[in-house]
Amino acid sequence: MSPVGAHSTTSSSDAGAEHGPIVEVESLCVRFPVKGGFGRTKKWVHALDDVNLFVGRGETLGLVGESGSGKTTLGRAVLRRAPITSGSVHFDGQDITHLGGEQLRQLRRRMQLVFQDPYASLNPRMTILELVAEPLVVHGMVRKAEEARADVYDLLDRCGLPGDAIDRYPHAFSGGQRQRIGIARALAMRPSLIVADEPVSALDVSVRAQVVNLLQDVQSEFGLSYLFIAHDLSVVRHISQRIAIMYAGRIAEIAPSNEVYERPRHPYTKALLSAVPIPDPVVQRERRREVLIGEIPNPIDPPPGCRFQTRCPMATDLCRTENPVLEQKSPGHWAACHYSDQLV
Amino acid sequence: MTERSGPLLEVDHLRVEFFTRRGQVQAVRDVSFHIEPGETLGIVGESGSGKSVTAQALLGLIELPGKITGGDVRWRGESLVGEGCEKVLDRVRGNEIAMVFQDPMTSLNPTFTIGFQIAEVLRRHMGMSRGDAKRRVIELLDLVGIANPTQRVKQHPHEMSGGMRQRVLIAMALACEPQLLIADEPTTALDVTIQAQILELIAELQQELGLAVILITHDLGVVAGVCDRVCVMYAGRIVEQATAVELYGTPGHPYSAGLLRATPRLDEVLPRLVSIDGAPPDLLKPPAGCGFAARCPLAIDRCVSESPTITLHQHEGKDRHVACWRAFDDVLL
Repeated sequence: MSPVGAHSTTSSSDAGAEHGPIVEVESLCVRFPVKGGFGRTKKWVHALDDVNLFVGRGETLGLVGESGSGKTTLGRAVLRRAPITSGSVHFDGQDITHLGGEQLRQLRRRMQLVFQDPYASLNPRMTILELVAEPLVVHGMVRKAEEARADVYDLLDRCGLPGDAIDRYPHAFSGGQRQRIGIARALAMRPSLIVADEPVSALDVSVRAQVVNLLQDVQSEFGLSYLFIAHDLSVVRHISQRIAIMYAGRIAEIAPSNEVYERPRHPYTKALLSAVPIPDPVVQRERRREVLIGEIPNPIDPPPGCRFQTRCPMATDLCRTENPVLEQKSPGHWAACHYSDQLV
Repeated sequence: MTERSGPLLEVDHLRVEFFTRRGQVQAVRDVSFHIEPGETLGIVGESGSGKSVTAQALLGLIELPGKITGGDVRWRGESLVGEGCEKVLDRVRGNEIAMVFQDPMTSLNPTFTIGFQIAEVLRRHMGMSRGDAKRRVIELLDLVGIANPTQRVKQHPHEMSGGMRQRVLIAMALACEPQLLIADEPTTALDVTIQAQILELIAELQQELGLAVILITHDLGVVAGVCDRVCVMYAGRIVEQATAVELYGTPGHPYSAGLLRATPRLDEVLPRLVSIDGAPPDLLKPPAGCGFAARCPLAIDRCVSESPTITLHQHEGKDRHVACWRAFDDVLL
């Protein structure tokens, strides 16, 4: 079995698609060209390198990594909003890697994006009704926003917004309320998958909890699957069934949330966990901290072998030459490290 | 070194207002606290709580339309507010109190090398010669854990990562050997492994140099790891002051308690987070009573009509400072 799970068995016949994962990503590579002017050779940013994962139906897969790790690119590639260099993306059993035109448009009804910045992601000149109904208008499901008024009213209500919000403009709302509007807008198409890219990172603690709770409520109500991208491991552990840890464009580890926390099998995961502060002075001051030296490598010129070798306290010559592949270490627990057995 | 005993810095009933077209925003309302030599004080609060404005007021950095409209700030007994304070501030700012800001990108000048920028501080504040300053810059970069300092001095800010830039800013802040470092969200823009490096660095420097630190942050996890005492701010006021262990163990103010409950912890899994409903009040028209009353599960009539001041409570045999009519009632919830 591969980390893409059921795909290998369902691709031969579409009969099993209903039960397979909603998203399967296989050997995905995304590279962006960097222009080298005046005769310099063209260079590439290796944003994603051989990424394999799946998102189960009704599941929340948390995607964690530092800035530049490729988590946003992966989210965009799943939505077919990043140029795929090689590899494949399946959605609901269908290969969407090369889909275009009308087919891609149809597909996008079923996948929606919730953005990080609730201030930049809503057009200030549109009313909340127009904003939430916009995807319905774009996809020709209603002719004018006004026709969707009852539905929008209902969506706003479910997202915890007051009824009079519908005819107001975004400036009248706080960050938390704007994020609720963004969620209502994503729900308008009744999608199967929502890619949430740092949806609560810009929010204050007390408001963040409200939005996290809302995301959990609408997930069961609308039968949604989430690809939840965030850098905050505490929030990700709270909301996700499984967590994928990314480092420098590759998956370092994928496992059920508890496994990641209790039995990390990759030294980067271990270091990441120990760097997350726990809001309890008694616990936090007792914790053994492993402070990593150095920083994430340059994606234009990644190091040979394991990409973490430049910062890894366990790195050997093997790590400096040979790239560890993502392997299943125990049921459902995948890690890409030559020495992951030594971590348990 | 200290010729007088007592706190390094005392803030006494500080008020800061911003005079905008829409009216007066009461950003900081009657804030008092102090810090002892060598101590780490955390100021926690959400956006708009007044924590950054408080920090700026300490160093006279409030610019129009903002103004300090009341109270006093005393640095080792000398006032930093009001008439004649500019002279004192000029001496104190950078030399005795230094500040590190959140955004390491915009705090540095992109057109000069970092070596030049740190040397400039040394030459201006300490009157060092070019050569002495150059040597000291390399020492400072080494102190803040920058490898190859002799190469790094020649680099411009854009050639460095966010974590490196924050180290440069800390080196710059420490250039004049201050007694107090004010760090306003120093790690918010950084990744978590880099955040751990910077927090470790601040703690080490504190040990080595006997610095006092005021750490301003929204992150309760960061505070838990490094602060001795904590002030919790809400709607321009300090609602609770306590030692870190006391605050996290038995929060006295319902807001502190709510904040802790709303914060997911890596080491425990809850089926649901307990959120605080609503949003902070508009400080153009702050409520007559407690700023938190509208969101508080314990609010009574008195909370709406009368604003509680921070007072001494006895709780489990400890002295606790909380501004709430129903302090510690939350423990019963």
